[in-house]
Amino acid sequence: MHTMLTKERERLPVRVDVATPAGSARRARRRIRPSTLFALAPMAVVVGVVYLGAMAWTVRLSTTSSKLLPTYDFVGLDQYERLFANARFLVSLQNMVVFGVLFIAACLVLGFLLAVLIDQRVKAEGLLRTIYLYPHALSFIVTGLAWQWFLNPELGLQRAVREAGFESFAFAWLADGETALYALVLAGVWQSSGLVMVILLAGLRGVDPDLWKAARVDGIPAWRYYLSIVLPLIGPMIVTATVLLAIAVVKLYDLVVAMTKGGPGIATEVPAKFVMDHLFERANVGLGTAAATVMLVTVLAVLTPWLYARYGSTSGRPA
Amino acid sequence: MRSLKRAALAACAASAITLAAYTPAVAQEAEVIHWWTSGGESAALQEFVSRFEAAGGTWVDTAIAGGTNARTAGINRIVGGDAPTAMQFNTGRQFEEVAAGGLLNDIEAVASRGGWRDLIPASFVDAISYDGEIYAVPVNIHGQNWMFYNNAVLEEAGVAPPQTWEDVLAAAEKIEAAGKIPFAQGGEPWQERTLFNAVLAGHGGPELYDRLYAQNDVAALDTEEFRAVADVFGRLRAIVDEGSPGRSWNETTNLVVTGRAAMQLMGDWAKGEFLAAGQTPGEEYGCALVGANEALIIGGDVFVFPATDDEAQRAAQEMLAEVMFSPEAQIAFNNVKGSIPVRSDVDVSGMDACAQRGAEVMSDPAKQVPQVNLVASSDLVGAVDDVITQYWNDPSMDADAFVARFREAMEIAG
Repeated sequence: MHTMLTKERERLPVRVDVATPAGSARRARRRIRPSTLFALAPMAVVVGVVYLGAMAWTVRLSTTSSKLLPTYDFVGLDQYERLFANARFLVSLQNMVVFGVLFIAACLVLGFLLAVLIDQRVKAEGLLRTIYLYPHALSFIVTGLAWQWFLNPELGLQRAVREAGFESFAFAWLADGETALYALVLAGVWQSSGLVMVILLAGLRGVDPDLWKAARVDGIPAWRYYLSIVLPLIGPMIVTATVLLAIAVVKLYDLVVAMTKGGPGIATEVPAKFVMDHLFERANVGLGTAAATVMLVTVLAVLTPWLYARYGSTSGRPA
Repeated sequence: MRSLKRAALAACAASAITLAAYTPAVAQEAEVIHWWTSGGESAALQEFVSRFEAAGGTWVDTAIAGGTNARTAGINRIVGGDAPTAMQFNTGRQFEEVAAGGLLNDIEAVASRGGWRDLIPASFVDAISYDGEIYAVPVNIHGQNWMFYNNAVLEEAGVAPPQTWEDVLAAAEKIEAAGKIPFAQGGEPWQERTLFNAVLAGHGGPELYDRLYAQNDVAALDTEEFRAVADVFGRLRAIVDEGSPGRSWNETTNLVVTGRAAMQLMGDWAKGEFLAAGQTPGEEYGCALVGANEALIIGGDVFVFPATDDEAQRAAQEMLAEVMFSPEAQIAFNNVKGSIPVRSDVDVSGMDACAQRGAEVMSDPAKQVPQVNLVASSDLVGAVDDVITQYWNDPSMDADAFVARFREAMEIAG
């Protein structure tokens, strides 16, 4: 009973955003004051005009034949036809999915393990935490360049090991179209798993230590304790980390530019780079905005079910 | 507390003075957007700045790193109504749409007074004209298809400097046997395009090049010459080192400078890297135009002048055009930049061996080939880039597939 209570107490502050039955009843009774509306107005205008306006403009431009400068004719879905006949764009979409799955999974697993490790009251915790979080303070450009040098077969690791006497050593992920994408995942995970660690560590610190004692008394092994008790408790933290990582996946651009420039060939092209190249370098605003629209639709397709599960149902807490 | 107040007052006074210093309207003030930010480039630009200021103007420098960034910023400012006095483009069709939109001032008066049409290559006259009037001042000619080679490495391998692309392929075996990288190539799409176009102009000839890019003649893809180009380009894939993908051009040049690689194909700006290492053309390294046709692919930079009603700005624009095109500025600027003067009436005998060789080839119009951006739209160049880079990086792709994809790209984007 005691543990049940602490569990309930623990959960509430963590899940403030969850619409509990009590919460929604309170909300229904509360009236929106004019001052609240007034305070929210500037943000609403920014969202409406800048974000939604720019989105609508982008979608509109994707139905025109715009090249360097926007024109406002109407060519229907011509740009989309060209887009989905374009080998490079299709490869880009596929790369985003492969990168996304591997990157998010690896970051979550590694970040969780690091967080658990640090949660063992190790010595020099502050130092370790800083070291693991440090990569995240670097921009993707710096990360990409550093890894590009490190993985370059003629300059980096491969050469160093060969010069040390191991002539047959081969590690040339970046030079091979089949493996270059995994090199990107490697660099991305190196950069972002520290962030996941910090978020999950905050979650771990919110777990009642009594739970651990109770588990010890019952003779539950440590791995089982973390898997079956702690993981469900820090669920909201995992969702937060996943959303942050997913946004990084869709936005993925600078890491690719710094590390591979989309190569070898088109092996590591991503949609954001396709959009940038066509909007600017190739002076093809129509095709670029069509690709941007496809990205928008992709994001909505992923987010809508999640938003619906989270805020759409009034019946209570999501899984 | 009092010292804080005094500091604040001082800061106000200082900014007031700075503002006051800025406000007097200098008659010939010119804000110029460009992307010449590297050491050598900005040193070259100073040759224009000093001459413009000596003529009574005030140069306001807006340097933005990266050609794409600078052009985007410039176009945004023109469209947004805050146009600079002048901005840089590459010689070619990049600014065509801006001119078509009525956003640029022509400089026809200056150009016809100076007799520009008789002094610059015909392809350049086309590239700076819109609707028969000249809109841009060309400032340099960059040769884009020089084969740079390390003399010591070639000697050690026992091969002569290559004359044709078959020579390059034959020499590669011996160089590889000598333990060096035969052909250093930077694996970025634009570098792969540079190489492909060099093979196209050198092995296929200027006529084929023209049919393909200038006339958009899809039938040119069915010729035996194009087949041979695709074939040679495909075979070059095998003589490149595995560090190539993603490598920048200057890192690649450095392999030749240090003698780890024998050859690199690059534009004449690569001379700057050799120069920085204290090497001289004709001694430590050489330069050649590979291919029976001796074609020189030329490109360069131009400045355009956004439309304005302001008389003072208009005068500043004309003065900029005059200064940049003057013979003295042309020689001084191009000496530092590593390119060739754009006008044919200047004395190039003081320039280096490669530049003199370039100027010699330039005297025969049949050997001049305009860089793709001069004749083809950015859209077509980009679509072709995608095809070239796929072929170059996929050893399993054969020449047939390459020709087929090339055809698709031309039909969609041409």
